[in-house]
Amino acid sequence: MLTIKNLHAGISEKEILKGFNLEVKAGEVHAIMGPNGSGKSTLSNVLAGKKEYEVTAGEVKFKGKDLLVMSPEDRAREGLFLAFQYPIEIPGVSNINFLKTAINEIRAYKKMQPIDAKDFLKLVKEKQALVELQVTLANRSVNEGFSGGEKKRNEIFQMAMLEPTLCILDETDSGLDIDALRIVANGVNKLRSKNRSFVVITHYQRLLDYIIPDFVHVMYDGRIVKSGAKELALELEKKGYDWVKEKLAVGSGQ
Amino acid sequence: MIATKENKATIPAQLEGEFQTLLSKTFSSEPEWLKEKRKEAFDSFCQTGLPTRKNEEYKYTDLKKIFSGNFTAVHNESHALNFIPAPIAEGSIRLVFINGWLHKDSTLSSKLPKGVLIGNLATDGLLKHADFLKKNFSSNEDALSRLNDALWTDGAFVYVPENIRLEIPVEIIHISTGKKELLSSPRHLIIAEKNSSVSIIENNISVDTFAPMIINSQTDIFSGENSNVQYYRLQNDCRNVSLISSTHVKQEKNSHFDTNTITLGNEWTRNNLRIDLEGENCESHLNGLFVTNGTAHTDNHTSVLHNKPNGQSNQLYKGILDGRSTGIFNGKIFVERDAQKTNAYQSSKNILLSDDATINTKPQLEIYADDVKCSHGSSTGKLDEDALFYLRTRGLSEDSARRLLLYAFANDVLNTIKNESLKNYLEELVNERLEK
Ligand SMILES: Nc1ncnc2c1ncn2[C@@H]1O[C@H](COP(=O)(O)OP(=O)(O)OP(=O)(O)O)[C@@H](O)[C@H]1O
Ligand SMILES: [Mg+2]
Repeated sequence: MLTIKNLHAGISEKEILKGFNLEVKAGEVHAIMGPNGSGKSTLSNVLAGKKEYEVTAGEVKFKGKDLLVMSPEDRAREGLFLAFQYPIEIPGVSNINFLKTAINEIRAYKKMQPIDAKDFLKLVKEKQALVELQVTLANRSVNEGFSGGEKKRNEIFQMAMLEPTLCILDETDSGLDIDALRIVANGVNKLRSKNRSFVVITHYQRLLDYIIPDFVHVMYDGRIVKSGAKELALELEKKGYDWVKEKLAVGSGQ
Repeated sequence: MIATKENKATIPAQLEGEFQTLLSKTFSSEPEWLKEKRKEAFDSFCQTGLPTRKNEEYKYTDLKKIFSGNFTAVHNESHALNFIPAPIAEGSIRLVFINGWLHKDSTLSSKLPKGVLIGNLATDGLLKHADFLKKNFSSNEDALSRLNDALWTDGAFVYVPENIRLEIPVEIIHISTGKKELLSSPRHLIIAEKNSSVSIIENNISVDTFAPMIINSQTDIFSGENSNVQYYRLQNDCRNVSLISSTHVKQEKNSHFDTNTITLGNEWTRNNLRIDLEGENCESHLNGLFVTNGTAHTDNHTSVLHNKPNGQSNQLYKGILDGRSTGIFNGKIFVERDAQKTNAYQSSKNILLSDDATINTKPQLEIYADDVKCSHGSSTGKLDEDALFYLRTRGLSEDSARRLLLYAFANDVLNTIKNESLKNYLEELVNERLEK
């Protein structure tokens, strides 16, 4: 599904990703943890195609295609979805209109007919229920005036609507209350399938109690420094990141 | 007063002779008082001449260039025009003018409420409301308004008597057309008496303009006590046309005035909008939107004069500028000593889509009362890159994402339009205009 090899990327001369490697197979769930500033959101943004970030080395293959040469919209149309850590507000752009446009452009890319208005509304209802997003989306602008938690739910709602094959969740859990966390996680779990993969970025083991990952990776200073099974998250929760950093310092002979 | 040499240079050479011709021919059958008014106005115009760029009001707008052509002001040939645009608002009454003259195909509904008068100024206005015209003409010190006072040919005359709410909108369509370089001087007069209401759409268009045209248009609006007036000024796709559009509104107490100035695809436009809040408790909403590209020039000047207490005015002007186009927003708010408890707001927001587009905004507040709330703000920026990226990550092409964002920006102004069919019409038009 996704293969990242030796990815180096940065912004204005500053290197942030320093040789990042990851292989995600269809149906897998990978969790990425790591201290603040280690480059997790940068990785997400680079994968989604934010042009401010410059890729200086490495390659990313998505379903066998070179992801890095694609426009952000083509990445989305190919099935990549990023749930942002900080979803922005877009005043004046209606949630519903924009989603309908998005779905239809994705369908056009796949040489499919535009979605029927009735089917669309049915889909909206169904997916809103999935994440229990209770705000009335009609007549409201994208994320405008949404609470922090509602914004995060709206990201997952959009994800459910667009039916991507690779979902990157950048700290979707932060800002959610305890109930919301469970609801959103359940929503994500319902979307799990053998053809759909997830990269879940989080600081908290708690999310991984609900969305049980196949792999847990620790990211530090722009690359993955440790990988393991789901138990690794528990260990990190107990010990923090210092032991990983210490080991790293010893390991590299510094 | 004798005109100085310097001033002389700013009066287009042919105007003097043309004015005399108009007086002796076109205007010859007019009542004496009107001819006197015309002469006074022309003299007064000659004393100041065309404002130059040294004049603060015309700092960014070069009139000399516009008036440098070999135009004529004498013209009343009839046009066989086979193109009259479809009505914008459902069931509206339409008055059509061509190069400042009434077109015979104007569609007048015969079933008007009693006392309502919708016709043209040169006949209906002069014959039926001469006293009113005598009293109220030429109250504007702007040189171009004085020029219109002298040269006006015809225009709409709308009179709504007391207690009448005219539900059907009135469309005033001005068409510029022809092969001759022209200076047209249309003039419209709208009177809404006490407790009345009316909705006016003034639409400037051009059809087959094969020579450069100047339109120096003047609209006067009287909004009586407790009246409700909506005035929409559309300026769409005027090619080969330099449009000067001046509107002067006088509001009496408890009146409510809404106006939108929508400029799409014009080449050169100067809009003057002046509102006098002459009674207590007046409310005024001034909204504007312009979308430009190429080398288009759009200059919006507003002045709101709060003369009496408890007035409220609200201005929102938005511009989307591409190419090498230029925009100006100059908004004045005067609050007289008497006008306590005034609320006056003004905001100008602009998006520059290209590095070569420019916008100049200048708020001017003069406040002589002490118990008032006034504010102004202006912002100019590029399209929000983060929002663009967000939408694209959901599968929208760059173009549709861009259009969605620009449309959202413009929609704030369109949303203030109360006439639904006009709003729908403009939404579509703006959307089209935003397509690359
Ligand atoms: N646009 C940018 N301009 C300058 N520096 C940036 C930019 N984006 C990221 N960085 C820097 O790159 C580093 C990695 O940031 P990033 O947001 O990827 O970290 P993160 O792992 O997501 O952190 P967190 O856990 O706090 O979300 C940080 O030092 C950050 O300041
Ligand atoms: Mg982050």
